[in-house]
Amino acid sequence: MTDQKTSTAPQATSTPLPPESLTGAEMVVRALVDQGVEVMFGYPGGAVLPIYDALFQDNETHGPRLRHILVRHEQGAAHAAEGYARSTGKPGVVLVTSGPGATNAITGIVDALMDSIPMVVLTGQVPTHLIGTDAFQEADTVGITRACTKHNYLVKDVRDLPRILHEAFHIATSGRPGPVLIDIPKDVQFSRGTYHGPDDVEFGHGYAPRTKGDPARVAEAARLLATAKRPIFYTGGGVINAGPAASDSLRALAAMTGAPVTSTLMGLGAFPAADPAWLGMVGMHGTFEANNAMHDCDVMVCVGARFDDRVTGRLDAFSPGSKKIHIDIDASSINKNVRVDIGIVGDAGSVLDDLIAAWKEAGHGPNRQALDDWWRQIDAWRAVQCLRYAKGGETIKPQLAIERLYALTRDRDTYITTEVGQHQMWAAQFYRFQEPNRWMTSGGLGTMGYGLPAALGVQLAHPDSLVVDIAGEASIQMCIQEMSTAVQYGLPVKIFILNNEWMGMVRQWQELLHGQRYSHSYSESLPDFVKLAEAYGAKGLRCSDPALLDATIQEMIDHPGPVIFDCRVEKNENCLPMIPSGKAHNEMILPEELENLGSVIDEAGRKLV
Amino acid sequence: MTESSLPAQPASAYDLAHETEAELLATFALLVDNEAGVLHRVVGLFAARGYNIESLTVAETDRKAHTSRITVVTRGAPHVLEQIEAQLEKVVSVRRVHDVTRDPNGVERELALIKVRGAGGDRVEALRVAEIFRAKVIDTTSTSFVFEITGAPGKIDSFVELMRPLGLVELSRTGVLSIERGAEGM
Repeated sequence: MTDQKTSTAPQATSTPLPPESLTGAEMVVRALVDQGVEVMFGYPGGAVLPIYDALFQDNETHGPRLRHILVRHEQGAAHAAEGYARSTGKPGVVLVTSGPGATNAITGIVDALMDSIPMVVLTGQVPTHLIGTDAFQEADTVGITRACTKHNYLVKDVRDLPRILHEAFHIATSGRPGPVLIDIPKDVQFSRGTYHGPDDVEFGHGYAPRTKGDPARVAEAARLLATAKRPIFYTGGGVINAGPAASDSLRALAAMTGAPVTSTLMGLGAFPAADPAWLGMVGMHGTFEANNAMHDCDVMVCVGARFDDRVTGRLDAFSPGSKKIHIDIDASSINKNVRVDIGIVGDAGSVLDDLIAAWKEAGHGPNRQALDDWWRQIDAWRAVQCLRYAKGGETIKPQLAIERLYALTRDRDTYITTEVGQHQMWAAQFYRFQEPNRWMTSGGLGTMGYGLPAALGVQLAHPDSLVVDIAGEASIQMCIQEMSTAVQYGLPVKIFILNNEWMGMVRQWQELLHGQRYSHSYSESLPDFVKLAEAYGAKGLRCSDPALLDATIQEMIDHPGPVIFDCRVEKNENCLPMIPSGKAHNEMILPEELENLGSVIDEAGRKLV
Repeated sequence: MTESSLPAQPASAYDLAHETEAELLATFALLVDNEAGVLHRVVGLFAARGYNIESLTVAETDRKAHTSRITVVTRGAPHVLEQIEAQLEKVVSVRRVHDVTRDPNGVERELALIKVRGAGGDRVEALRVAEIFRAKVIDTTSTSFVFEITGAPGKIDSFVELMRPLGLVELSRTGVLSIERGAEGM
């Protein structure tokens, strides 16, 4: 049961250096360097000044081996760290002050928890003797963040600090990754103690996640997969988190079994969109073929996804005839929403490799004849062309804008981030990701304002790559202040705003569910985005003519600095296809059913989120 | 698990709360790191995910190993109990989780302090029932007794029900503690 949770202190791999006496603040900087951190995102304040001082001195002595990026709002720091982490696989590091510094970062911390992003957040705290006195800029940071971190600490004694710092990185990056917060009172930052390196501390917890799948279950899963007539892979962010090798393994296993592959929003890129076995995204705004294949399959292999409500639709009609295999590093994800036949707890990459080995060892092969029938069925679903939209009008269709962006960036080294809403779903549908770690979006929490700061984090990790934030005019205003950060650090991110003057997804739901009563979803008093870009010292572009779209996108790409592109798109376009709330995978609304949208969802469905 | 033994899926994730599946009582024993806030981690998990807590006990049990033992009694459908166990195991400060109720060797005990006020026949009857239940008298006045009783929660429930008509004034219970029979530790 919990046998895997035995204490595993790391063994010293090299002769430990003689212990050093450092202040708590110096320990923080030193531990970050020892953990291989190159970039951190933060905002100074009273309770973290000693750490900022130690950082200053470290840079004086050693040069900028640890870069600090000054954001304009702590939420931006957390999202930037997320973007950095998702595009590199390394942990994102955040440094903020006590009180409002910590509370402002919380949205990003919850976002990282929901999307399993490795993150270490360092918060300053009022001195130990003032804790509990309602001191200036005091907040119960560990109390507030207990529910929204993977783990958190309040450091009361500098002697615990080295262990906690290294432990935090271990916990954040292993098992199911997530945010770990360390709250460090100011007096602890000033106190002196003995520093210990990563290999020289003994962890205080029994934390030891299981990464290797149970071989018996892996063999059983291989057997089940070999009997499949209508198999499907349903993959998620877990495959991305398991590293690029896991994506390779997924591709290999899909090829061996001949099964089609679909993915959640978080998992896009793990399997190449160019592969004929790719069905597109699954779920509420997934493709017709992916959702119907999920509904009608006989063996479903879920790898690193969690049967989220946006994926499953109506649960009692979710893939009713299939046997389900679920591979997940988090045991609590298995049988949570959907009961499965074979649950395998383990790292997605490791289990996929074991599954490939088990498949080969048992001499399994795909049932070619059955697969041919299955693919014929899938081709029939594909023939519906669920993503089609009317072209050739005088306005730019948002779908066209994404398609052209893809066409003009596909041959470049490109990373895409998004905000949240219609533009995010169109990006997921129309931008074709071929590699993992290229797609950064707020999936679980759905945080408007994620995309711009996340793009900064990505750009810092990949200075020579093209980083585009596909945005909406409403979302972008939630963290627009980070334009200043982009300009300060010369980060040439491209903000591609699909401006339809509406909170588009809210408007769409009001059209569908609330009798076209558009309550507070119109984006009034929008800024002039071109002038706004110029005010920040960036470049502003605008286009509303389909004929000029390509040239303007090209101008955006070619500009060496940050750009805001105000792309004026069709205002009333709906994001389709769509599984209406309360409906099953095989009850999607297709584009031509648009006129009846209001009557598609029944009274019960209206109450769902 | 085979498909046929599975209860039907609810219509939507939003309907999970309205399931009619029979709820079972379960006692989980947790070995946790004894550190500030650890109880909040466990209680917060129950609150955040909407699980019930019927009773809760916590105390340090090994000063040297820095561990405490939390015993929590909860209620839920079998798959909810499975979820609770998995969620508890995920908490970094939780070292072990043991489902005592589903362990044939699990032993559960509770202590209660019970104040009864009465005179005449009721007073004599209260004392007689207490003797049958092996409850100790730990305080007495001319009009009252305070009894101390230990046993399985069900035994305490029975005792309380018998005391009610005899003048039950006040009841204080520790909540359930548990341990396994046999030579092995948790």
